[in-house]
Amino acid sequence: MAIEIEQPSVGLSRVAVSETHGEDSPYFAGWKAYDENPYDEVKNPSGVIQMGLAENQVSFDLLEEYLEQNLESSTWGNGNSSFRENALFQDYHGLKAFSKAMASFMEQIRGGRAKFDPNRIVLTAGATAANELLTFILADPGDALLVPTPYYPGFDRDLRWRTGVKIVPVHCNSTNNFQVTPEALEDAYSKAQAMNIKVRGLLITNPSNPLGATIQRSVLEEILEFVTRKNIHLVSDEIYSGSVFSSSEFTSIAEILEVQKYRNAERVHIVYSLSKDLGLPGFRVGTIYSYNDQVVTTARRMSSFSLVSSQTQNLLASMLSDSKFTENYIRTNRERLRKRYELIIEGLRKAGIECLKGNGGLFCWMNLSPFLDKPTREGELDLWNSIVQEVKLNISPGSSCHCSEPGWFRVCFANMSEQTLEIALKRINDFMEKRKRSWLLFSNL
Amino acid sequence: MKWLSKKVTCNSHGQDSSYFLGWQEYEKNPYDEVRNPDGILQMGLAENQLSFHLLESWLSKNPDAAGFKRDGESIFKELALFQDYHGLPAFKNAMVEFMAEIRGNKVRFDPKKLVLTAGATSANESLMFCLAEPGEAFLLPTPYYPGFDRDLKWRTGVEIVPIHCSSSNGFRVTQSALEEAYKQAQKNNLKVKGVLITNPSNPLGTTITREEIDHLINFVSAKEIHLISDEIYSGTVFNSPGFISVLEALKERNLEDTDVWNRVHIVYSLSKDLGLPGFRVGAIYSNDDTVVAAATKMSSFGLVSSQTQYLLSVMLSDKKFTSNYIAENQSKLKERHDMLVSGLADVGISCLKSNAGLFCWVDMRNLLSSNTFEAEMELWKKILYEVGLNISPGSSCHCTEPGWFRVCFANMSEETLRISLQRVKAFVEVESTIASNSNSHRQSPRSSRRRSLTKWVLRLSSHDRESER
Repeated sequence: MAIEIEQPSVGLSRVAVSETHGEDSPYFAGWKAYDENPYDEVKNPSGVIQMGLAENQVSFDLLEEYLEQNLESSTWGNGNSSFRENALFQDYHGLKAFSKAMASFMEQIRGGRAKFDPNRIVLTAGATAANELLTFILADPGDALLVPTPYYPGFDRDLRWRTGVKIVPVHCNSTNNFQVTPEALEDAYSKAQAMNIKVRGLLITNPSNPLGATIQRSVLEEILEFVTRKNIHLVSDEIYSGSVFSSSEFTSIAEILEVQKYRNAERVHIVYSLSKDLGLPGFRVGTIYSYNDQVVTTARRMSSFSLVSSQTQNLLASMLSDSKFTENYIRTNRERLRKRYELIIEGLRKAGIECLKGNGGLFCWMNLSPFLDKPTREGELDLWNSIVQEVKLNISPGSSCHCSEPGWFRVCFANMSEQTLEIALKRINDFMEKRKRSWLLFSNL
Repeated sequence: MKWLSKKVTCNSHGQDSSYFLGWQEYEKNPYDEVRNPDGILQMGLAENQLSFHLLESWLSKNPDAAGFKRDGESIFKELALFQDYHGLPAFKNAMVEFMAEIRGNKVRFDPKKLVLTAGATSANESLMFCLAEPGEAFLLPTPYYPGFDRDLKWRTGVEIVPIHCSSSNGFRVTQSALEEAYKQAQKNNLKVKGVLITNPSNPLGTTITREEIDHLINFVSAKEIHLISDEIYSGTVFNSPGFISVLEALKERNLEDTDVWNRVHIVYSLSKDLGLPGFRVGAIYSNDDTVVAAATKMSSFGLVSSQTQYLLSVMLSDKKFTSNYIAENQSKLKERHDMLVSGLADVGISCLKSNAGLFCWVDMRNLLSSNTFEAEMELWKKILYEVGLNISPGSSCHCTEPGWFRVCFANMSEETLRISLQRVKAFVEVESTIASNSNSHRQSPRSSRRRSLTKWVLRLSSHDRESER
């Protein structure tokens, strides 16, 4: 919701009144439309369908089944901490059983191709806190992080707002499926230098949000070479790693470091979270995994500002230590996401819309550039507005993700039932049919 | 090029202070009734362990609250997806009711003005980000909670300027001390954005007087600055004169909806009153809409787990439970407080008269070898290594007078408290023997100390070295 401030309140900081929290952007109009008229299968079947929220709702039954069969995990005693012990536990090293479980879960997601040491795990209240915390540690106010475009809109707030750090975009485009290139990296770095801004690191998201695609091994190697040459940090946000449709298609930076016997590893830091893979954004479970001892120590101290509830650590320690559960979950979740992805891709194709070839995540990157009135940001926003108002779908325009090419949209597919997705696809199909007919009409005049 | 940010190498995280060192020593050799009876007793941790039985009994009668069920139905999915930074409405409603109840319902709170944060640690830091620029300052009465050095300054770049309080008037904040602190800030070219008080006070264990609150309100009005009242111990007031919340004082002076009303912000938490530090439940309460709006967005960096919000919303909505809890908790705290105070009095050690908190502010000035902070550190180390008690030296709380120590009483069993008092008794007796010996025999203090140390204390010292992990 937009906050109307006519003049800054007397006596507040610049941070408090700045707009770097990003919430006054035009994109919130989409959220507003949804909030005012939300789709409901029964009560409001013509309402706005929310396709702008990257939530994973396809595997809750597995979690609920686990909880039903393991009631003790959400209580105390019976092998868990006693209530008293748990309620008092505020050690920023985290519950030992939980750090261990997180490390092994991260290993499982990577098919055992990388090892994680629980002593390098720092727990934070979500990846939101982890990314901000890392920025505080790796950069000073006025410095910059390089971030490939298009990127998650939340980064504008998470990396910049309270830290005073800048983002310098690394421009990627559709000519090579939006992959990061050494040229783009050099270009971004030079631009920063030209503005007298010190670059402290590069932050990549792998698999990418909003692209829904993993970064290729060769590109990761180029990236590692670049950050080493420039002597800067690399943050790899891997929060969607468990949502890659096929395990073999995901290469974590951790794997490359292991192969390299951890040469140059002290500049690499991984961010993970249970919000996407496990569908638990409300529980606020994020982690920083750093190969740099000083970063681990400092991050741990800083995590005091955003610790994970010990009640939640207690619950998830049980769940994630159960390897039978986790193996089944990871495999089933991947499969269901893949099916959803194929459903939406096929449906969009039938409507004459192509998407970037994706292989992971909770969304697809849809190409509507052929249908823009003007190949500009305004053209994109016009089309987006029609989609929100007429088609009644809230999707995310590429410009909100700082995409340099207009016409791309991120469409989420995992935060609704299959039926709702079918309805959304039908609406898109009808919309495209109508446009085709009016275009044909127009072209015949 | 420097590799990591300045925040990594500066000391503002505060972890080199004695507050944390004592903790470390305790970790190396912790007391255990059965397995390590000569170990160090942790009396430096302000935890409330006295009322867990009430919480445990409530939990066993209300299994659905921790089992993700509402009216018998599973709401797991709803909670798992709930990450709205406005907070679970049922929980905020329950929180404001609880806060009002603690204040005898003399103040009411609007849930829309409450912002949930991952503990008061997060709340205090966020308020700094909202109210001050890097390089600006907040005034804090001394002595104060050592963690403030990290919480208020580290990532925010805000400075703390102390308001010096002294034992001459029970460490009360005076008008002149406020003015003096303000002048000091100006002299150092620091723009003062506000005052932060802790009421009831940590480490003093006292509630603020009406006179002090009036001075503070007058001061922040005149200077047009903010007032933050950290009221995380408000539920631990166990004796008269009773707790005056800053909002209550403002109401009584008919200052509702004035400028100063909008510049007063409260911090709360369930870590002390309910003894749940692990659950990370804190809150900011402000009458300024912009502060509420900004703090709400900032809370994204430290939201409270929805699992925890739900559990506590059910618990705190149970009025029968909360009224009984508040009363019993206060009564148990009073018992313990009285036990510590009288036990210390028996050996000639007095405490600041206190009516709240989980600790006493103990006067050990007469045990100092000299009226210096070096002597205080010497005494602290003796108490840590020879007596086996980890207590917090006043210097770690920025006290201006050496010889005061904060001693916690609510984080152990009654038996353990008794043992700590026995150890103190033994120590005081030894110290007074040394004092009288060195006066009459003129031997080296060290050798006479060795002779007069009881076998028990000698055994403790050697045991320390052996059990170092």
